[in-house]
Amino acid sequence: MSNDTSTTAGPPTGSEAVRDLPSTSEGRRLKVINLVLELRAFIALFVLIVVFSLLSDAYFTWDNLITMTRHVAINALLAIGMLMVILKGGIDLSVGSIVGLAGVVAGVLLEGLRVDVLNVVIYPPVWAVVVLALMVGAGVGWINGTLVSRFNVAPFIATLGMLYVARGVALLISDGKTYPNLGGSEQLGNTGFDWLGGGEILGIPVSILIMVLFAVAAIVLTRKTAFGRWIYAIGGNERAAELAGVPVRKAKTRVYMISGVCAAMAGLIIASELTSAAPQAGETFELNAIAAVVIGGTSLMGGRGNVRGALIGAFVIGFLADGLVILGVSTFWQIVIKGSVIILAVILDQSQQRIQGRAAQMAAAKSVTPSGPAPASA
Amino acid sequence: MSAVTSATPVMRARAINKVFGATHALRGVDFAVMPGRVTVLFGENGAGKSTLMKILAGIERPTTGTLELFGEPVVLSGPRDAADRGVSIIHQELSLFPNLSIADNLYMGRERSRNGFTVDQRAQHARTRELLERLEEPLDPKTPVGVLRLGQQQLVEIAKALLQEARVLIMDEPTSALSAPEVEVLFRVIRELTAQGVAIIYISHHMEEALEIADHVVVLRDGGLVAEAEADEVDAGWVVERMVGRSQDELYTAAEPETGAEVLAVDDLVVADPGSAVRRAVDGVSLRLHAGEVVALYGLMGAGRTELLETLAGRLQAASGEIRLDGEQVPPGSIGDRIDLGLTLVPEDRQRDGLVQTMSVGENMSLASLGNYVRRLLVSRDAEREAVERTMKDVTVRAAGPKAPIGSLSGGNQQKVVLSKALLTNPRVLLLDEPTRGIDVGAKAEIFELMAAQAKRGLVVLFATSEVSEALNVPDRILVMAKGRIVREFRRGTATREEVMVASGETER
Repeated sequence: MSNDTSTTAGPPTGSEAVRDLPSTSEGRRLKVINLVLELRAFIALFVLIVVFSLLSDAYFTWDNLITMTRHVAINALLAIGMLMVILKGGIDLSVGSIVGLAGVVAGVLLEGLRVDVLNVVIYPPVWAVVVLALMVGAGVGWINGTLVSRFNVAPFIATLGMLYVARGVALLISDGKTYPNLGGSEQLGNTGFDWLGGGEILGIPVSILIMVLFAVAAIVLTRKTAFGRWIYAIGGNERAAELAGVPVRKAKTRVYMISGVCAAMAGLIIASELTSAAPQAGETFELNAIAAVVIGGTSLMGGRGNVRGALIGAFVIGFLADGLVILGVSTFWQIVIKGSVIILAVILDQSQQRIQGRAAQMAAAKSVTPSGPAPASA
Repeated sequence: MSAVTSATPVMRARAINKVFGATHALRGVDFAVMPGRVTVLFGENGAGKSTLMKILAGIERPTTGTLELFGEPVVLSGPRDAADRGVSIIHQELSLFPNLSIADNLYMGRERSRNGFTVDQRAQHARTRELLERLEEPLDPKTPVGVLRLGQQQLVEIAKALLQEARVLIMDEPTSALSAPEVEVLFRVIRELTAQGVAIIYISHHMEEALEIADHVVVLRDGGLVAEAEADEVDAGWVVERMVGRSQDELYTAAEPETGAEVLAVDDLVVADPGSAVRRAVDGVSLRLHAGEVVALYGLMGAGRTELLETLAGRLQAASGEIRLDGEQVPPGSIGDRIDLGLTLVPEDRQRDGLVQTMSVGENMSLASLGNYVRRLLVSRDAEREAVERTMKDVTVRAAGPKAPIGSLSGGNQQKVVLSKALLTNPRVLLLDEPTRGIDVGAKAEIFELMAAQAKRGLVVLFATSEVSEALNVPDRILVMAKGRIVREFRRGTATREEVMVASGETER
């Protein structure tokens, strides 16, 4: 009894079942369809690039690819944070507002923080500005997380509330005005903020490198650490995670903090690219981030999905939008097309689930016939 | 006990088989329901009663076998179809909408209307009031169901079945939340219904009560129909003997106990009922558990077994009382803290509390002990795989491998995964809540062997059960719980089935 651990007890399900499909024509067909669906986001990106390259000479050039990737970087950063929140079974609607708030915080600090009591103006160095803005993002995330995990506010509501609060605070701080010059000045020693959005290392824009850095960190975090496993467990079955001793509340709060930091980073990059910070920056960005995560095959129910998918989703959205602009498609049509792509992505996800379900049924049918592996008694 | 009898059954099941994955829940059951009679189904948990009821009510379809209604073969497409054909069921779990009124609940999906557009509230309320008066529960039909006592909710559920004017009425534990006078009212209504020719199928754990209302008695065991008799020819002893059978006794043979030092001591533990402010789920429990012991916690549903185990595991907080582990006081703390101390729970509901369905077998197994495999901040795949594979072999989990999806395993193997997860935390005390729920007989025996093996290694094993044969044959000691207290204790081999059942309050009301 102890040496037959290699045989399956029940019939296989999911991708497992697809792998075990018989090599009949029906089985082969299902296998191919499943593979196509599995790689759908990749294929979609590839098809996009090929089609736009054929339609326009300007599309597939190094400069354009770099430009488009710079656009993607903003949404990708948001999508990385959003992915982790969705994996744990939540949602974060406040990220767009955090983008605006982080920019405003950078604007205030770079233009000089007036402390009336001491009658001085403080000009913090750029690194301190960046750290403080990221901390503000983490702070908003902490509030989100606390509302969700301590006060049991539904994530949708908690982060919807913070969407308004963070935006309102950004408007209050800036009094509704845009900070026009984030370049800093030589005498004050706070120049260099524009490097985040405009600088290059070995010919690659800094913003793209930051995206790569965050992506690698997120992949390590989700795949290699206990914390990453906790996120998947909480999203899959919170009660079971809790009973397994997972510190559910703490983990949830941290996930929202990570999302807040990602959003603040995106906000800093935007402010740096424009060397100005508007309190309205980032409006509706949360929806683009959710779309990227969904196109990447992540379940909004939580527990299923990965960083790679969210990144590809961000690329699909960005490369599609820029391609349509290059072709001169009307802005209004662009919006319609973007919406359709999101819906199509979810429909494809459903059909993949169905295919795997059908494969599981075929496997179950096979397991009751005596020729298959004997169904174990337990 | 007399009732209108006629020769032709109103409903008949022929050679019903039902297979769930690797579990054979019903094995060739032939079952006839006579009009105007109360047929009582007896059987232990897992004997197949509920599955058979679900098939008769159209909720489940039989794997093989046929149903006949009024002499005609039928295929029931769902509970609504069954209800339209005159077969209604009162569920064990209430299926009411707490936010809606009594009348809305009764008429859900079959709303009355005069113009085909708006609901005829007045007619619905009048009829609802009539039905409630018949049940001697004169409530306002507009009352939201959520504010009613559990017993009143159960009566609403019964009123719903009465409204449908069923020819066959299935009652699954209809009295579990009723007071004694309410039960009398229900029995009177049942008698009225049978006088009108309605066939009643009745399931209850309260044996005396069920025998009181029964005309005909049917006993299920391990998915098969093992005995059938007229109610006035049998008594509780006869039923228990048929329910349990002799074969079960030979299944579990534990070695002679070798108990060691005291490991877990509980004094005067009180736990508030999470669902009610006044009731105590655990009401002053004290116990001593020793290394190498396997102890059963026997009791009916709601006796406080689950709450006691969950308090020890840190999920519920004690209102008062003391827990000591190896002589050291256990401070209040989270589930994680208790796992670190060596108190680990295998929960009752595997799907809801035990498994993360989106994760693989291996990921589920290592979830509670992930910290042990962390090397320099990252989870070491090698350390994790080594622990998982070793445990899969020890516990004989039959799966394609650690990466197999958890849903691909049979119930018994899923339970072994949950057990493995607990064992990987290196517990001192292993707490198991109904560890054999919903798994077949062979897997049960394996689970008990594993529990005995852990005890032999010096662990304390405390498990809750509602099956007498498990309580009698597996453990070194039996603690019987009723209404939040430990009411009796038996040493191994000193208790009889009847004594245990009587102590738990099962055979009396």
